[in-house]
Amino acid sequence: MILNASGCLDALTAPDVARELDAFVTKTVTPLPREGNAPVRIAETDVGMLNSIGLANPGIDRFQAEVLPRLLEVGPPVWVSVGGFAAQEYAELCARLDETHAAVLELNLSCPNVAAPEDEATAIVTAARAATGKPLYAKLAPGLPDLPAVAVAAAAAGADGLSLVNTIRGLALDPATLQPRLGTGSGGLSGSALRPVALAAVHSAYRATGLPIVGMGGVETGAHALELIAAGASAVALGTVLFADPGAPARVRRELESEAARHGFEGPQAALGAAHATVARSANAGEKRPGRVGLKL
Amino acid sequence: MGPYALVRLRRGGLEPGIPGQFFMLRPPGLLLPRPMSLCFAPPGELAFLVDPVGPGTRALAALEAGEEVDVFGPLGNGFDLEVGRPLLVGGGIGVAPFPYLSERLGSPPALLGFRTAAHAKAAALVPNAEVVLEPAYVTEALQPGFDVLACGPEPMLEVVRRLAPSAQLAWEAPMACGYGACYGCAVEIDGRLARLCVEGPVLGGHGRGQAQSVAGKVAAA
Repeated sequence: MILNASGCLDALTAPDVARELDAFVTKTVTPLPREGNAPVRIAETDVGMLNSIGLANPGIDRFQAEVLPRLLEVGPPVWVSVGGFAAQEYAELCARLDETHAAVLELNLSCPNVAAPEDEATAIVTAARAATGKPLYAKLAPGLPDLPAVAVAAAAAGADGLSLVNTIRGLALDPATLQPRLGTGSGGLSGSALRPVALAAVHSAYRATGLPIVGMGGVETGAHALELIAAGASAVALGTVLFADPGAPARVRRELESEAARHGFEGPQAALGAAHATVARSANAGEKRPGRVGLKL
Repeated sequence: MGPYALVRLRRGGLEPGIPGQFFMLRPPGLLLPRPMSLCFAPPGELAFLVDPVGPGTRALAALEAGEEVDVFGPLGNGFDLEVGRPLLVGGGIGVAPFPYLSERLGSPPALLGFRTAAHAKAAALVPNAEVVLEPAYVTEALQPGFDVLACGPEPMLEVVRRLAPSAQLAWEAPMACGYGACYGCAVEIDGRLARLCVEGPVLGGHGRGQAQSVAGKVAAA
């Protein structure tokens, strides 16, 4: 299962790229239209890139009436990412999308460029759960002091899965002026620097919840994708790599198949949770292993 | 070309597209590709004029013959070539798309402004060019009655737009992807923020080029 990370692909401007995915994840939709942040919005660093797009989107009314029908025509199942500033806003968005052909609703609990709603995870997932019967994935920020605890809270509140991880806050300065390069100052760091962060988050949340996980963060190759699967991701999403390589979905899929075979697995899914066997034997011999759950689609 | 570097790549299967369209070139060793408008398109080649001012453009300017570079394009909307009395107006590295544009328009007059005489060496790439050096500006030499096609720094484009409201203007913005995925290149267009890679980079005038995109890996020539 290969998806795009929310906000890293527009299936309407690049339908051929989207058709290489098992599901397309939309940019986060909010109740009202948002223009996004003033430029400059992106900056390259030596370990990844920073962005401060600021949830630019047309708002739920226009999204539902004009954008979603066209996205559904592209082909792959559409996961809709939703975001708001209060639990009630998430609930209203989910209720609206419950009437549509969206396959999954992803709750963006983690955009680093708006006021952080992590503490409200339980309230938001509970409200969203009451508003829709569609599968709900909670997308968490990697900078939480206790990510597994938030994952457990989301699961207890009715989340069907987790999307791990969003970007982590970073700052880049212009070396000549020592001023921030992004218009907003700091932004979300993605790319290779995020890879070990994502692995740790997936690894710990898999042990804590056993929920299906879409793993993402710095995946550039099939080997990177296989590591996330071994840590506990039943699907993998591509983000920053899509900017430089629109052919990444097909390439990573090919590489993932051959990497899995090289490790002796009968397909990538057979590697799910493989990283936990060693930990269980060496450090937590008596600990109960979490169940393995297939990804709902 | 003075301080600028002319980077010539083997074309492979890539089409040159319409003048004003751009390609994403990924400098070796860096994460993100850089948007570059096509400078000219000799048979079997794509050529780009690069101003080596940052890590990406310096790496592109330093490409060795035979070295491979990821190229994606042509992207965006180019110039509308259905114009009666074209005049090319450029400033600095904004001269980059003009050799190809001039060829397609039958060598119309061009007005090119540069900071120094060294930078002005790039004017040799554009036929029928009148060169203006700072402290004089091309906008001071602009005559009425032309269909203006302009590329250059934002302050120049703003003045050109005031003097020639129907001018076609090629804008620039930092881009991570070039094909609408990252939303990084948002600029204000008609009072709203929009993606320059999708709606531009050429704005204004009465028509638009057709956006087509093909990915490929080609070698430096």
